[in-house]
Amino acid sequence: MKRLIVPLLLAFALIGITAWMTSRGTVGIYRMPQWNEVLVATFQHFQLVLAAEGLAILIGVPIGFIVSRRALRWIGTPLMTLTNVGQTVPTLALLALTSIILGSGFRAAVVGLMIYALLPIVRNTYAGIQSVSPAVKEAAQGMGMSRWQVTTRVELPLARPVVIAGIRTSMVVNVGTAAVAGMIGGIGLGKLMTVGIAVSVTEMVIQGAAPAAALAILLDAILGLLEQWLTPRGLRKDGPPSSRRLGKPAQQPT
Amino acid sequence: MIRLEHVSKVFSDGTEAVKDLSLEIAEGEFCVFLGPSGCGKTTSLKMINRLIPITRGKIYINGVDTQKRNVNELRRDIGYAIQNIGLFPHLTVAQNISTVPMLKHWPRDRQHKRARELLDLVGMPPDTFMDRYPSELSGGQQQRVGVARCLGADPPILLMDEPFGAIDPITRHKLQEEFLKIQERLQKTIAFVTHDIDEAIKMGDTIALMRNGELIQYADPAALLAQPKDRFVRDFVGADRVLKGLRLLRARDVMRLPKLTIRLRESVSDAIQLLEARSRSWVPAIDDDGRFVGWIEREDLETSSSLTDALTPAVSTAAPRTPLNEALSMMLGSATGSVAVLDDDEHLVGLLSFGAIRDVLALDDESEDE
Repeated sequence: MKRLIVPLLLAFALIGITAWMTSRGTVGIYRMPQWNEVLVATFQHFQLVLAAEGLAILIGVPIGFIVSRRALRWIGTPLMTLTNVGQTVPTLALLALTSIILGSGFRAAVVGLMIYALLPIVRNTYAGIQSVSPAVKEAAQGMGMSRWQVTTRVELPLARPVVIAGIRTSMVVNVGTAAVAGMIGGIGLGKLMTVGIAVSVTEMVIQGAAPAAALAILLDAILGLLEQWLTPRGLRKDGPPSSRRLGKPAQQPT
Repeated sequence: MIRLEHVSKVFSDGTEAVKDLSLEIAEGEFCVFLGPSGCGKTTSLKMINRLIPITRGKIYINGVDTQKRNVNELRRDIGYAIQNIGLFPHLTVAQNISTVPMLKHWPRDRQHKRARELLDLVGMPPDTFMDRYPSELSGGQQQRVGVARCLGADPPILLMDEPFGAIDPITRHKLQEEFLKIQERLQKTIAFVTHDIDEAIKMGDTIALMRNGELIQYADPAALLAQPKDRFVRDFVGADRVLKGLRLLRARDVMRLPKLTIRLRESVSDAIQLLEARSRSWVPAIDDDGRFVGWIEREDLETSSSLTDALTPAVSTAAPRTPLNEALSMMLGSATGSVAVLDDDEHLVGLLSFGAIRDVLALDDESEDE
């Protein structure tokens, strides 16, 4: 729980800043958005991130798995390339494209964000499965595990921490990108910031940016906990509580 | 029983890793596949449990063609241990050992009982180690767990690919000894891969020496050392093959019955007379109960008042089961150049001398035709 202290303090500070800006009421001739508006925008923002991330996980993990299979390389390689391209297209252009195709609004923003969130998940799933030691896989196969059992009982559990790390990265990036999506689609915290920029009221921009930052920090902390919790005990860096490390595995080339 | 019939392996890049290999491993036999790296020994091993598919030929286990069996069930009936161990890092020691029992759907308590049993067998207290993770074990301990895991569901056949290869020499020696003891009890049929000639001689009932995918010589260790088939085998077993062969013989195979002994209470003049009569420079001495106590040497007798004074205690003595290589090193450290072989009651049952050892090894000289 110690690792939660700093993120929580930061998030509180950012919420404090938001509260301070909201309490100003009016700046010059402009009326500042009220509490309920900020809350609705934050919630919308959160929804956007969650929907996009959920879709990205549903699509990205299987793609990463397919890419890691040698037998499926014919489909895996093009999928990987496609994912890479998704990431290379500038955020703004990608979101503009999806809004043109799907019409501006929530749906277009989710699809755009999803494509953008895909790469870290695909790449980490691939890397996680790839990182499983060949000796471990050989032993599993040699003892009579079927392909399916090797995957579900050995490869996936061992890849899990890396996959979750990828989800964590993409989620945090997603919170930021969602602000851009909001600017285009006129939803979430991006909307507050766009208005603030348009009328040159710094307070209004901060009012949109601070909750977004708080959201990113909190999501990162939660996923960090999840990552730790879902890492098999034998793999944890600090080691299982039962005892200390006695030595590292001997490895030598044949 | 494992039988390989004209087995060949050609990899997709055209390399012929194994060429027309035929051999039979009898039930309960410890067969070592030996050879330099790239000789096809590991490939041969992995074809037995079909980790590598056979290109040509057939492999039978207890008369059943391995190709005709479900591959996963086949593997679950064959213990498998590898050099890099490949313990599952996310599972406990107990769960690792229970891998095959779990795949075979043994009831949970039976799996648990078996894991305890096996940890005991490999010398790791179950209460301490059952719930540890592989990262908390030393290399030697991991390898012990690897051995326990391959015995998991008590398979009649074990395949072991340099299981003790990556461990320090002292631990390796210990694990080899322990494994031999386990094997003496369990009598598994074992195919064991190594590139270490010493390990092969020590562990194997038979040795299959391979080169470039071909079986060069298939013989028991003594025969391999005594009658190397060609230059390659001779080079591979090494110039010290005669010395290596000593390990395969025991003191009781070579010792000669002691023709002459003297009792300590006899007089110095009697002793001198005895040695003069037989023109010997030393004689083993025994006490009143017939126990061996040391050596009486001719040159010490002149200055001694009794045989007890003249006695040179033996630095070390051998037992009938002592391997000859150890006995030889005792002889090199002994003043008389002989070693006394004593039974459990310390009675002298034989004497080992250089001459006796050379006579046994002289058989080899006949094959020494360059």
